[in-house]
Amino acid sequence: MFDFSSLIDLPLIWGVLIATAIFLYVLLDGFDLGIGILFPFAPSDKCRDRMMNSIAPFWDGNETWLVLGGGGLFAAFPLAYAVLFPAFYIPLICMLLGLILRGVAFEFRFKSGEGMSRRLWDYSFHFGSLGAAFCQGLILGAFVQGVQVTGRNFSGGPFDWATGFSVMTGIAVVFGYALLGSTWLVMKTEDVTMEWARKVASYVLSFVGIFMALVSITMPFMNAQIKTFWFSTPNIYYLLPIPLITATLFAMVWRDLHRQKREYRPFLASIGIFLMGYLGLGLSLFPWIIPFKYTIWDAAASGPGLSLMLCGVAPLLPLILGYTGYCYYIFRGKSGHEHMY
Amino acid sequence: MEFDPVLLARIQFAFTVSFHIVFPALSIGLASFLAVVEWRWLATGNERYRDIYKFWVKIFAVAFGMGVVSGVVMSYEFGTNWSVFSDRIANVLGPLLGFEVLTAFFLEASFLGIMLFGWGRVSQRMHFVATCIVAVGTLISAFWILSANSWMQTPQGFTIGADGRLMPTNWLEIIFNPSFSYRLAHMVTAAYLSTAFVVGGVASFYLWNKRHIPEARIMLGMATIMAALVAPAQVLIGDMHGLNTLKYQPAKVAAMEGLWETEKGVPMLLFAVPDEKERKNNFEIGIPKAASLILTHDLNGEIKGLNEFEGKSPPVMPVFYAFRVMVGLGMLMVLIGWSSAVQYFRGKLFATRWLQGWWMLMMPSGFIALLAGWFVTEIGRQPYTAYGVIRTIESVSPAILGPQVAWSLMAFVVMYTFVFGAGSYYILKLIGKGIPAADEKEQFYRHGIEATVTEGATEKGDNHV
Repeated sequence: MFDFSSLIDLPLIWGVLIATAIFLYVLLDGFDLGIGILFPFAPSDKCRDRMMNSIAPFWDGNETWLVLGGGGLFAAFPLAYAVLFPAFYIPLICMLLGLILRGVAFEFRFKSGEGMSRRLWDYSFHFGSLGAAFCQGLILGAFVQGVQVTGRNFSGGPFDWATGFSVMTGIAVVFGYALLGSTWLVMKTEDVTMEWARKVASYVLSFVGIFMALVSITMPFMNAQIKTFWFSTPNIYYLLPIPLITATLFAMVWRDLHRQKREYRPFLASIGIFLMGYLGLGLSLFPWIIPFKYTIWDAAASGPGLSLMLCGVAPLLPLILGYTGYCYYIFRGKSGHEHMY
Repeated sequence: MEFDPVLLARIQFAFTVSFHIVFPALSIGLASFLAVVEWRWLATGNERYRDIYKFWVKIFAVAFGMGVVSGVVMSYEFGTNWSVFSDRIANVLGPLLGFEVLTAFFLEASFLGIMLFGWGRVSQRMHFVATCIVAVGTLISAFWILSANSWMQTPQGFTIGADGRLMPTNWLEIIFNPSFSYRLAHMVTAAYLSTAFVVGGVASFYLWNKRHIPEARIMLGMATIMAALVAPAQVLIGDMHGLNTLKYQPAKVAAMEGLWETEKGVPMLLFAVPDEKERKNNFEIGIPKAASLILTHDLNGEIKGLNEFEGKSPPVMPVFYAFRVMVGLGMLMVLIGWSSAVQYFRGKLFATRWLQGWWMLMMPSGFIALLAGWFVTEIGRQPYTAYGVIRTIESVSPAILGPQVAWSLMAFVVMYTFVFGAGSYYILKLIGKGIPAADEKEQFYRHGIEATVTEGATEKGDNHV
């Protein structure tokens, strides 16, 4: 039995890996959930066909990152898995139901005829995506606030996650995903759909800005530790680039959307905005994995398991990223609206 | 009203996993079937194979999509409903499930996009490679998940810490635990057989109605090969799996056989009504000494009865009946496979209507047998989650109360009925619509045609893939 525990800090490496997997999930499923959120507002059925086609080859792969996030948490930080999942029971189940509704809509929508049944899957795609996004935001907010733990088990009530803050982060995530979705559409579609996506993106952008500011202001007030982390010297100087870069990126997306020339940069800059937000959250909470109760070192799985998985991840993750990239490359360019089979 | 959270959580898990497993089983079978069909197409240039491919790949897409969404539920349900179990066994099973995601799920999901939408964007050869990768991905996935499941049946390669958490001591012992190879072979074969009966059933439906006759002949021919050769092989594998179970989980075998007292020369019960209160069977019909012969290869071999495993044996009724459903359907499959082979060699397979009727009737048989088999092995594992190590009753999340589980169970039932009802409806609709032939290509790309009619050549960037 090999075990690298004495050589390297396995929980730290796995913490970074899981955080990366979750971030990739947020980005990748973010834009396709975002498209679901914007779906009924599209100007025509043809636009909706285009929107759907632009993500149809990718959504399976995108959702796999969620399985990796859940499965990875189970494998690397079983304590967090065992405490957090029961704590977020209701929003998690709702998220899963939402993901089912939207996932099947991809196949069913193409296979149903025109009219009522098409409408049914349009709306199941929309409400599924909206519900899943909102629940993910709820969970994020509740996670940041921390859960009640006794020993190795969650000991709070079934509705502990329902707070004003978590509802706010829920709405924030919905707008965030809508931004990713609309800038994705600017990149992947043309003509009417792209024009519409530009308008939507610039509208959504302001909401994303407001919510990011709100969350950033609220968090230090909720927890003294987070406050000292951000506002004590010399930390404040090291951390200052995060809000500055975020502001620059916002300005960049805004300009690109209004000058109507750039088609790729809004999406890439939106990713940058997400990255900054995620980095801010991650740094605030580090090293907690069950906030303010257990750190990544408390919750980590045993050394042999983490070592074995590290041996697997080292070659497999680059490979996965490689062929995922290949698939995006195959389906590069603007998407049409015709049936793709 | 009082809810028992443990019972509800078990029902919820059984419900969601039963719904789930049907789709991966069909995906495993169809992916390999499609790979073979595409290979035949590339090798022979026969366009019939391409038409068959394009027809089944649509059904595969529906099955795969439903498998993905119902599978995400499983990876979260462990945590929400079975948190104590998860916490205690994560060090052992975590890496196995992690490897499943890393080595299989990404592979399948990524290359599925090329398989479904890659026509015209990649070369034919690359498309074939994508199909093969997806097929291999489904098998790798089966490897890991069945390894994890088998470990729960026959756990080994670990020690138990002071806090009750399991620590791995030998990965090879964990992955290749005693029941793994049998279960893997049994399940993959079951997936292939189930798919063969779906393909054969659809082919017979077309032959019966005199539609798509050339394609239907190819499909029924392939299904016949599978059924005639693989169904008997499955019976053999199942028998070996049973012997393995007798060695490691004798209580399960006792429940399968409906055997209460330890006996020598045990009869094989064809039918009985087990009575758990009185601990005896009513209305027994059996073949004398047959169970002893099969399980011990000795007419007077001794088999341990349920009464030897007080408090450590599973509920008898569901295991007993599910086992008979599985075996009965398996035998029927062998019969149909062999009859079809005989008719084929007599040159009458494609004209024998009664046989086609049977093939149509047997379309869902693989899935029913497969579910029955899982009921046997999973209910047969009770009252443990990890056999002999962790009891089911101590596995459940302590903070999750009955009403929550009841509510979510109801939501799953409603959602799955709606979504999977629709899925089955669309699959049947696709079958009803038939195989789009090469010269019917226009109709095949209906949306594309509409676009060119309404917009003419002004639309640019319409990639007619």
